[in-house]
Amino acid sequence: MTVLDVRNLSVAFHTGSGRLEALKQVSFSVPANRSVGVVGESGCGKSTLINAILGLLADNGEISSGEIIFEGDKDLARLDPTAMRALRGRRIATVFQDPMGALNPVLSVGRQMRDIQYRSGLSKRDKDARSVAMLRKVRIPDPESRLAQFPHEFSGGMKQRIAIAMALMMEPALLIADEPTTALDATLEVATIELLKDLQRDIGCSVLFISHHLGVIAELCDEMIVMYAGEVVESGTTREIFHDPRHPYTQKLLACDPARLSHRVARLPTIPGTLPDLRHRPSGCVFQPRCDRADAQCRADRPPNAVIGGSHIARCWYADISLAGVGA
Amino acid sequence: MIGYALKRLWLGAIIISVAMMMMFAMIYLIPGDPASVALGPRATPEMMEALRVRMGLDQPVWRQFLHFYASVLSGDLGTEVLSNRPVLDVVMEQLPFTLALVVGGITWSVALGIPLGCIAAVRRGGFVDQVIGVLSVAMIAVPSFVVAIYSLLVFAVALQWLPAIGAGEPGDLGSQIQHLILPSLAVGLGWIGYISRMVRASMLETLEASHIRTARAFGLTERRIVYTYALRIAVLPTITLLGVGIGHMLSSSVFAEIVFARPGIGKLVYEAISVRNYPIVSGAVLVTTVFFVLVNVAADILVGILDPRVRSSFN
Amino acid sequence: MREPLGAVGLTLVTVVVLSAVFASVLTSYAPSKISPAERFASPSLLHLLGTDHLGRDLFTRVLYGGRIALLIALGATAGSLVAGVVLGLIAGYGPRWLDNVLLLVFDAVKSFPTVMLALTLVTLFGPSLYAVVLVVMLVNVPGYARIIRTQTLVLKSAEHVMAARSMGASAARILRVHILPNIIGPILILISMDIPVVVAIEAGMSFLGLGVRPPTPSWGAILNDGFANIRDSYWIVIAGGLPIVLTTLGFTFFGETLRDLFDPRLKGRA
Repeated sequence: MTVLDVRNLSVAFHTGSGRLEALKQVSFSVPANRSVGVVGESGCGKSTLINAILGLLADNGEISSGEIIFEGDKDLARLDPTAMRALRGRRIATVFQDPMGALNPVLSVGRQMRDIQYRSGLSKRDKDARSVAMLRKVRIPDPESRLAQFPHEFSGGMKQRIAIAMALMMEPALLIADEPTTALDATLEVATIELLKDLQRDIGCSVLFISHHLGVIAELCDEMIVMYAGEVVESGTTREIFHDPRHPYTQKLLACDPARLSHRVARLPTIPGTLPDLRHRPSGCVFQPRCDRADAQCRADRPPNAVIGGSHIARCWYADISLAGVGA
Repeated sequence: MIGYALKRLWLGAIIISVAMMMMFAMIYLIPGDPASVALGPRATPEMMEALRVRMGLDQPVWRQFLHFYASVLSGDLGTEVLSNRPVLDVVMEQLPFTLALVVGGITWSVALGIPLGCIAAVRRGGFVDQVIGVLSVAMIAVPSFVVAIYSLLVFAVALQWLPAIGAGEPGDLGSQIQHLILPSLAVGLGWIGYISRMVRASMLETLEASHIRTARAFGLTERRIVYTYALRIAVLPTITLLGVGIGHMLSSSVFAEIVFARPGIGKLVYEAISVRNYPIVSGAVLVTTVFFVLVNVAADILVGILDPRVRSSFN
Repeated sequence: MREPLGAVGLTLVTVVVLSAVFASVLTSYAPSKISPAERFASPSLLHLLGTDHLGRDLFTRVLYGGRIALLIALGATAGSLVAGVVLGLIAGYGPRWLDNVLLLVFDAVKSFPTVMLALTLVTLFGPSLYAVVLVVMLVNVPGYARIIRTQTLVLKSAEHVMAARSMGASAARILRVHILPNIIGPILILISMDIPVVVAIEAGMSFLGLGVRPPTPSWGAILNDGFANIRDSYWIVIAGGLPIVLTTLGFTFFGETLRDLFDPRLKGRA
């Protein structure tokens, strides 16, 4: 069963300086009990994607076309706000990037965990018991005494674990994790990823994991999509993409990952150029201004999704050119 | 927490000392002999001489200042000219009435200011927000004594809904509250405006914080988010603002007391000036300053208590 | 909101200023002309705002009162500005201890409720125009001084100023090119927010009988005259209060609009 099926989603913002196309025909799906990673640099549209799924787009944004089918029967793009709110926190949960800011500083942790359960109909004592059980699951020591404490009394890593506990407490079908480990140091990152893997298995939910850290995606996710400037440029299983990336952007991205360098270099490789102005998208392929293989056709027409094999798709005129086996 | 409180108190003590120095300097800058000024035109030569000695006017200036300082600290603010009663007693007698006015003013400004600011923030950019904005500015702009006079005219004289004069029957709380309504509105009206603007700005800022986004992502009702999650944080600056406001409200209450013929410090000082009862003037001013500074310190400490972030950063 | 409000403010300000300047043109009565036969006349075509307890035409007194109010406002503001600049420069350029002392003094002065300050000064110097101006200045100077001080401190260490000085730029040039553009905005805003305060203080003190001496037509004095007769001749207090309300609203609306225009942060919002 597919938990989330995004089809041709386009999102635009109306700014003072013009119409900004933040997402263009984004399509991917999240099967039940799987983790799907979303990779892309800052500004690729990851946040917009999350906000669109959650129904939390800013006032000047709109879903101009496409569908977001959740659990097979609900189109989140067309759901009214009340129904959407009913889903949030219960069937769809979110863990955000910044553990420092995610929790309300003047309310106790216990209070916030109780508030999330307001739809459960449980008594206060039962809610607290559930909170304690959840805190124990995310390995927070001495959970009972933690309920009365305030967020600033916890370290960054613990705050993130509390956030994960809050997210999974209602046993959602989909957990959206927006760069949950970016603000944590390396050792904490490893521990948090391990935790997420265990919990996912335990609760049986799907995870949509957004990150720009390729190593984490490789570790955690079964499938992944690569986003650039609001479009999905490549998608498939993690294995397929890491082993045989077909889109020039993905290839560059992997090549630039410092973890993959086999020898020391004086300069870290980068991708020259910058993201295009989303108010004026480039003609043809969205990546062509920065692609060193772009030709006239790339500049003229937008490439279709080329199927490479199985679930592996790349949006490039030259997707059949493989670099697998070629030295990086 | 203790450290924080002590720091505020220390700052307050400095301000009070400076105020006292200014008072002292003013008394000694008066052309003429301070003793005759203190006693006024009714003084006889013997009284002046006695006072001069008692005031230590024959001693070097620094000694006089120390003496002044010491006597103030021990509660001796001199005796007033008319009845020879200690100034401190006279002033303290009138203080409660003025305090009632200030408390009333604060009540008005909080009771109306916070909801208005909240509504304006939630409906930001809309017509309601703009109307509240204009009203807030208008309330701040118009001087309180004009408000006092006009509200007296409309509600007490024309419509006769509320009493125009006095503080009400002693012991009758209902009557006293009735007599408080209009004067404290005049005192607090400007601060309804200030608070409404501050709450609006504070709410707008808080509503954009990431933890509010988290709360939304968890499906909490908008109502809960605004009133419990956001407002609680947004009102904290209001307390500090009120601390400053009390000083202004003290000024406004002088006018309110005169317009509504209420007893209080303002009326006391005003009448003292016209009969040249100077010890009352300086005593009242000093008491007021001390009071105002203490209230400010208390407000700062209160914020510290209410905001758990500040509280435990000193544990 | 800002545009219409600013327009309203500007209109009010213009009306007040023009009516004060052209007072002698707009009315034929003399402001202090006593006419016992016409005491307590209610508003009519002959006397647009009625007459007071001495039979003086209120419309005239209001117009001439405008002159008093504006003169005091301008004078006091100019004085505060000058004093503020001087003190601000001293605080900024002078030694650290002097800066701290001055700041403390500013805070102490601000810690006096204005009316108490006014009453004290009147006690010392007797009720008069000068007392009013002095009170106003004491209240306003810290505000201006703070702005100047901040700018001075910023520039004391600003690189481009040091570079200019190393190239021999004179103090006057530095003042003109580097300092002035940065402070013009905040000072203009402060001035238009201060004028209503000055008008209010002057009117308040005159209302208490502690300001301008009769028979000078101050709006506050009109209020004072009218207050005793508020039940029967209510138009007197209306005549006295109305110009105060219009002036304070006008300048404040205008000042708020200025502030919104000058504040880059607010440009992004709604």
